Amino acid sequence: NFEIATSLKFIGRSFGQVLHTFFLIVGNLCFPVVLWSSEFLLCVGLRTIRYLLKRCLQCFLGERCSLITSSTIVRCRSCRTYINPFVSFIDQRRWKCNLCYRVNDVPEEFMYNPLTRSYGEPHKRPEVQNSTVEFIASSDYMLRPPQPAVYLFVLDVSHNAVEAGYLTIVCQSLLENLDKLPGDSRTRIGFITFDSTVQFYNLQEGLSQPQMLIVSDIDDIFLPTPDSLLVNLHESKELIKDLLNALPNMFTNTRETHSALGPALQAAFKLMSPTGGRISVFQTQLPSLGAGLLHSREDPNQRSSTKVVQHLGPATDFYKKLALDCSGQQTAVDLFLLSSQYSDLASLACMSKYSAGCIYYYPSFHRSHNPAQAEKLQKDLKRYLTRKIGFEAVMRIRCTKGLSIHTFHGNFFVRSTDLLSLANVNPDAGFAVQMSIEESLTDTSLVCFQTALLYTSSKGERRIRVHTLCLPVVSSLADVYAGADVQAVVCLLANMAVDRSVSSSLSDARDALVNAVVDSLAAYMSTASNLQQSMLIAPNSLKLFPLYILALLKQKAFRTGTSTRLDDRVYAMCQMKSQPLVHLMKMIHPNLYRIDKLIDESTIHVNDRVVPQPPLQKLSAEKLTREGAFLMDCGSIFYIWIGKNCSNNFIKDVLGYPNYASVPQKMTQLPEVDALSSERTRSFISWLRDSRPLSPVLQVIKDENPAKTDFFQHLIEDRTEAAFSYYEFLLNIQQQICK
Amino acid sequence: MIAPGIPRAAPGPPGPAAMAFTFAAFCYMLALLLTAALIFFAIWHIIAFDELKTDYKNPIDQCNTLNPLVLPEYLIHAFFCVMFLCAAEWLTLGLNMPLLAYHIWRYMSRPVMSGPGLYDPTTIMNADILAYCQKEGWCKLAFYLLSFFYYLYG
Repeated sequence: NFEIATSLKFIGRSFGQVLHTFFLIVGNLCFPVVLWSSEFLLCVGLRTIRYLLKRCLQCFLGERCSLITSSTIVRCRSCRTYINPFVSFIDQRRWKCNLCYRVNDVPEEFMYNPLTRSYGEPHKRPEVQNSTVEFIASSDYMLRPPQPAVYLFVLDVSHNAVEAGYLTIVCQSLLENLDKLPGDSRTRIGFITFDSTVQFYNLQEGLSQPQMLIVSDIDDIFLPTPDSLLVNLHESKELIKDLLNALPNMFTNTRETHSALGPALQAAFKLMSPTGGRISVFQTQLPSLGAGLLHSREDPNQRSSTKVVQHLGPATDFYKKLALDCSGQQTAVDLFLLSSQYSDLASLACMSKYSAGCIYYYPSFHRSHNPAQAEKLQKDLKRYLTRKIGFEAVMRIRCTKGLSIHTFHGNFFVRSTDLLSLANVNPDAGFAVQMSIEESLTDTSLVCFQTALLYTSSKGERRIRVHTLCLPVVSSLADVYAGADVQAVVCLLANMAVDRSVSSSLSDARDALVNAVVDSLAAYMSTASNLQQSMLIAPNSLKLFPLYILALLKQKAFRTGTSTRLDDRVYAMCQMKSQPLVHLMKMIHPNLYRIDKLIDESTIHVNDRVVPQPPLQKLSAEKLTREGAFLMDCGSIFYIWIGKNCSNNFIKDVLGYPNYASVPQKMTQLPEVDALSSERTRSFISWLRDSRPLSPVLQVIKDENPAKTDFFQHLIEDRTEAAFSYYEFLLNIQQQICK
Repeated sequence: MIAPGIPRAAPGPPGPAAMAFTFAAFCYMLALLLTAALIFFAIWHIIAFDELKTDYKNPIDQCNTLNPLVLPEYLIHAFFCVMFLCAAEWLTLGLNMPLLAYHIWRYMSRPVMSGPGLYDPTTIMNADILAYCQKEGWCKLAFYLLSFFYYLYG
């Protein structure tokens, strides 16, 4: 589950013909685009050409990595690059750094290869054979002894929260996974609950039952006891279990409607400052009391406005400042927002964005009325509590002389021009980087990028994980276009569009996205072929580019004209910035399969299970048919749409109901029926589920279900009142190019 | 005996033209001093951004130092614009107007923050914004130096 999804192959070298040429390098793609009017690809100087590099790093924590336990870590003297497979050895005693071209000496210990027990072959050592290595860091790399794993749960217990019923799910999940929390014998855990006051729990080992301490002075919050609020997990396990069993029932009759999130976070920060760790915040409404209180900014009448969409940025910088303070103390804040009304996610999300946390959003959460969301919370919690985690991490990205890094996208704090401060690292995060070319690369044939992540594992070991990527430099534009990775382009453009929407406006971002397609294809048409501009041509690598951009324009984050709640929109934007490439692509362009004829499809064998492989369908209603049933894989949710005249055999075998009319409106599970089609369907769905860490929920939709708009809004090739169909979009692009 | 002469008016205060001259001169002198302070602020800004670029300092600390200086700079500049208005020095006022308008625009479009200031530690390390702030620092330094010499000889 670890991969470097960058595969930047070519960097165009000669920019001779057109002044101010841009090369969009995304993933495997690098293609030039003539200078545009759109501001976000603005050329800085006459000879500067900006390269946009998309690097989705699924940050560390993968198994396929060599662990180096030697005591010397060989690094370049001037630029501090780690030794990697792309250095060149000069006469066996010296090596030349591939990033700054300085010649360094090979240390004595390095000449001996422990694996082959031979001397004098430094280029056979594992650091030089593998581009992904992990070192054990010595004490020079530590500012303080490695911290233990510390987990703090901050839970909303106002009336709203109790109504929603999330507390039972959280407590149950914690009880089940208490032993699987990553850590060692020093792991610590604590709980804070809040409504209009803040409640702490004394879990000191030796007490007969947990003791609640209430602090009602929320304007000047303080910790009631200096220790025993964050206790050792193993020593106080019984007390913790008692607390988790009792918590859901403690607040059932509460009448408190206010939520003092700000003071609770301030208290949490005070508690975590000495050690650092992870704070998990569960919130169900707008914080209405104390510092950081927020007002309802959304105007429901503006939801489908085609003009300006407002309030995409934070209302107050309280949460941003808190996140920066937390980041300084190596604490990450993760947010679970489980609200049914507007909760100003734009402001609340800041607490996770800058402290390297993650955001989970469950709109309209209710334990009994919305079982799909309840199930999703349960599954997400299981993954969240048990996945690997790294603490007090910093990441530095270095690149060859002549390139420099320009902008970073993701959840972290940029502490200096190439140093990212990540309080927590987890395997479900994605990052993106934009680079620019500062000098001409005419006399180099290779450029390299190196990422080094220094982190403390949950077992208290300080480690450095190093990835190195090497790419050739080419001089012809055709090569550059040929090496395109359209998915990475689209994801990078999505990141940039999110930034643009917040800093200037949504319509600017939308225009910029369309211009991206227009200009790239225009450049291709003018430079790579001399045909008259009457048709729209695209290189093979970019043939899906307009489709994906159209999908992006119809995505919740960027669409206008269709009613979109502000929180949903902001959450979609946060996802764009923090999800890895594979999941983001599913979100933007879901996969559609026909599943009522799975028995006839070709199959593959996975772990002695037979998994059918139906072909992908185009996302258009023309592909849907009344007689069929279709599955749409949107990443975090699966929709199964049943046509009115779907065969009764399918409904009986796979769904377990005698006919179409008896299928309930809210079905979220497929029953285990002893029939071949049921088995095939279930194995296909579980094969899809296994391919991603976050477990998706399933929703079965009949054709007359009001929820079918959720399904149909993803059919992006179709025309809607507010947006083009795919064909019309292509015509639009062609007109703009030929203008 | 001295015959009483024709009564003559005692020399009164200097005429209005002379009065305005003194006040304008006073304005220019004050502006000179204040421009020296503004030059100091501009140099401070340039050094601060250079420190950020070379990773010498943490952006949070740097922003905490820079943000309190922004409003005093703008207010000082606004103050002597007002003084020139009172002194009816239209040419000088006209030269300073664009800068005043620029200051107002810059302050209006600052990121959301509770204290005074223009710089947000989370976005300041973005190469675009850093380059813009540095350019701004140099331009302002040049402008303040020119206006310093203008006031000196004006």
